[in-house]
Amino acid sequence: MDNYNPANLLLLLVILFNFFLLGSSRLNACIRTVAIQGGILSLLPLFIHGFSGHSLFLAGGAFLLKGLAIPFLLLRAIRQVHIRREMEPLIGYVPTLLLGTLATAGAFIFSDRLPLIEAHRGSLFIPVGLATLATGFLMLITRRKAITQALGYLIFENGVFIFGMLLAEAMPLMVEAGVLLDLLVAVFVMGIVMHQINREFSSMNTGQLSSLRE
Amino acid sequence: MNLLFGAFLFFGLGALLAVMPWRGAKAATFFGSGGAILGCLLGLVGAGQGLAAGVAETFFLPLSMPGGAFSLRLDGLSAFFLLPLFIVGLVGALYGTEYMGSGGKTRWSGLHWTWYNLLILSMTLVVTAANGLLFLFAWECMSLTSFFLVITEHNLAEAVEAGWTYLLATHLGAAFLFAFFLSASAFSGSLEFASFQVLGQLSTPVASGLFLLLLVGFGSKAGIFPFHVWLPDAHPAAPSHVSALMSGVMVKTAIYGLLRLFSFLPAAPPWWGGLLMAIGIVGALFGIAMAALQRDVKRSLAYSTVENIGIILLALGFWMQCRATGHYFAAALALAGGLIHLLNHSLFKSLLFMGAGSLMHGSGSRDLNRMGGLMRRMPITGVLIVCGGLAISALPPFNGLIGEWFIYRALLESGTVLSGLAAFFPLVLIGLLALVGGMVIIVMTRIIGIALAGEPRSSAAARAHEAGWRMWGAMAALALLCLAGGLMPVLLLQVAGRAATLLDPAAATLLADNAMSPWWLGIMAVFLLGCILAAYGFSRWRQGCGIVPSSATWGCGFAFPSSRMSYSAESYTELPQSAMFCSCLNPSTEDGRTIGFFPEAKSFSFEAPDPVLERLFKPFFRRAARVCSGFRGLQAGQLHVYLLYIFSVTILLLFWVGQR
Repeated sequence: MDNYNPANLLLLLVILFNFFLLGSSRLNACIRTVAIQGGILSLLPLFIHGFSGHSLFLAGGAFLLKGLAIPFLLLRAIRQVHIRREMEPLIGYVPTLLLGTLATAGAFIFSDRLPLIEAHRGSLFIPVGLATLATGFLMLITRRKAITQALGYLIFENGVFIFGMLLAEAMPLMVEAGVLLDLLVAVFVMGIVMHQINREFSSMNTGQLSSLRE
Repeated sequence: MNLLFGAFLFFGLGALLAVMPWRGAKAATFFGSGGAILGCLLGLVGAGQGLAAGVAETFFLPLSMPGGAFSLRLDGLSAFFLLPLFIVGLVGALYGTEYMGSGGKTRWSGLHWTWYNLLILSMTLVVTAANGLLFLFAWECMSLTSFFLVITEHNLAEAVEAGWTYLLATHLGAAFLFAFFLSASAFSGSLEFASFQVLGQLSTPVASGLFLLLLVGFGSKAGIFPFHVWLPDAHPAAPSHVSALMSGVMVKTAIYGLLRLFSFLPAAPPWWGGLLMAIGIVGALFGIAMAALQRDVKRSLAYSTVENIGIILLALGFWMQCRATGHYFAAALALAGGLIHLLNHSLFKSLLFMGAGSLMHGSGSRDLNRMGGLMRRMPITGVLIVCGGLAISALPPFNGLIGEWFIYRALLESGTVLSGLAAFFPLVLIGLLALVGGMVIIVMTRIIGIALAGEPRSSAAARAHEAGWRMWGAMAALALLCLAGGLMPVLLLQVAGRAATLLDPAAATLLADNAMSPWWLGIMAVFLLGCILAAYGFSRWRQGCGIVPSSATWGCGFAFPSSRMSYSAESYTELPQSAMFCSCLNPSTEDGRTIGFFPEAKSFSFEAPDPVLERLFKPFFRRAARVCSGFRGLQAGQLHVYLLYIFSVTILLLFWVGQR
């Protein structure tokens, strides 16, 4: 397919942003990066499926939520709780980056072995989707602050979105809308949780939640 | 079958209406006991019809559960087990209306009635289910409802602890049953009992594995040795009519399950029966020895249940063995003995538990050493307990004799037919069974002598009052049934024959033959009853004529004998304890020995905890808990760690998929 080329360029950009997210400690920059990543991803349906009503709606919805609404909410949240940096990751930035590289390499190797249909063989969608999922996971595992956790979920969702692109034609509109709505609700919940942790423990550290076990 | 559905309806309604927010306990008791009584009456008629008809009735309603269907079957074996269930359920409900209305128990009575109805309902389902999933479902319902009944008085720590032990034991047992049904359905391709006939083609080692699963799974519920550990704790904790229902009927449902599922397995090799006999006789000896050491009446009776289950198991094991070795006559006798004893035990043990409940109700304690002199204060209860004691000691004219007579005859039969070493074992078993019988008499005379005879040992016992008509009426009904069983043994044999038809048709035809009929036992019982009544009348007449003056008991030379000088429950068993019991059963005592001419004040305490529980299960579970607590670190309470688990599992799964 001819349309793959610009799409592949976008996907490579997504991977670069993944590495940036894993290596950066500045929350402002991270949120903006996630916003740009979401914006780039929202262009993908147009490149793959052309300018149909369906793909336009998908692109518009994704851009509004991933590119604008959620980053706006997150930026407002960190302004309110006055934090700028992730101070104390559980695993340092350099090791996380290395792990992220390994995971990305693993994703590429693994996707070669998957039994795919002919149209998807050799495309970048699968490995990039897997690599983004792994990045999201690493983000969730290594960072302490609730806000970086929320970012982790967003990246995770971006990975799912890339996978979804492959199926976008088969997928009914309602399912897409549902996924996006889910994401928005998840961010709201995270915001509430963040607020509550902040109020209860005077910190944004999710590690404090361990005192809730049993 | 339709009558059974009517019974289900009444139990359900009773359970539902009993938990409605009525003001006061009266309405809850009315609806709860009413539902149980009406349901049991209907069910009794239904079971009687099923027993008389002798044809299996089935009912099938497909359910959307995979492998499950609401499939019922009422045949001779089910009806045989339904009979004691509805009798004891009916009588227990009558008893409970008064029992639960006294003391501090009223506030629990509503919930208690709900569980009581549901317990009877689930037991009915267990006995009639013809689908593996339905059976397991009913089995679990039975375990849970009886657990809630055990912890009825949940303000007492010991009741709650007994409840937990029971729940643990019964769930571990259920795990084995799940394993059985899963592997059985893997062979037969369906969970319907009708399709289990295919199991008859299994090879002997596989079938033996399944049999062992059944034995452990049902054994933990039936309280066979050494899985009986929950029983002596749970029975005393529950209200007395519930103890009666649990001990009289619920443990028998496990025997039902064992027999029913055993009937699908291929022809048994002789060692299955041998194993059952060994467990049975050890359990009987152990149970009765422990019963003699307990000062808690209900605990003592609970251990006696262990003993009786042992005897039933011995008989059934002997049946299996004789059938495997081709001695069909002895097999028929043993099967009849086991089934009749099972029926009898549910009657007289319920009577005794209810009697113990009445003693508690009157004297305010379960401790034998705080009773005494209750025969004079509670004459009706006292006489009924003596009746139960006679029945359980297998003395005529009550029913306990009939079952044991068949068992003894089966053992004698094969002892005389066989020769050499093969004849030795049945004859040894006769001796051991006779030893058990003797010990039962010790246990019963101990309960009767310490609790009923003599002088009151506490002020509460001195103020004891007779139970109301509903309590003694319930017990009297059971006592009459026991007497009827003793006077009409042929009836018992016919009822057992119906159940035997399904298990062993050859034995059933042998039993139907009149040559084995124990009719003369009934005539002997009538004669004996006549003698007893005549002797009683004669002694009353002599007293009335003033020929024999009544005077104080022999005072042993003490000017002012007090009840503190009389035999206590512990001292009564000192002789068998020191002469017969092996040291592992010995109770732990705080020494109260006095030395010297001017001894100081001494105290003496005596405790007989279950040796199996203390030396086997408790250390095992403590060690298991220590090992398992090492894994608690996995539950870190850190979100990141949990996510790491998910991540690593996902990666592993991806690799696994990639490998294929």
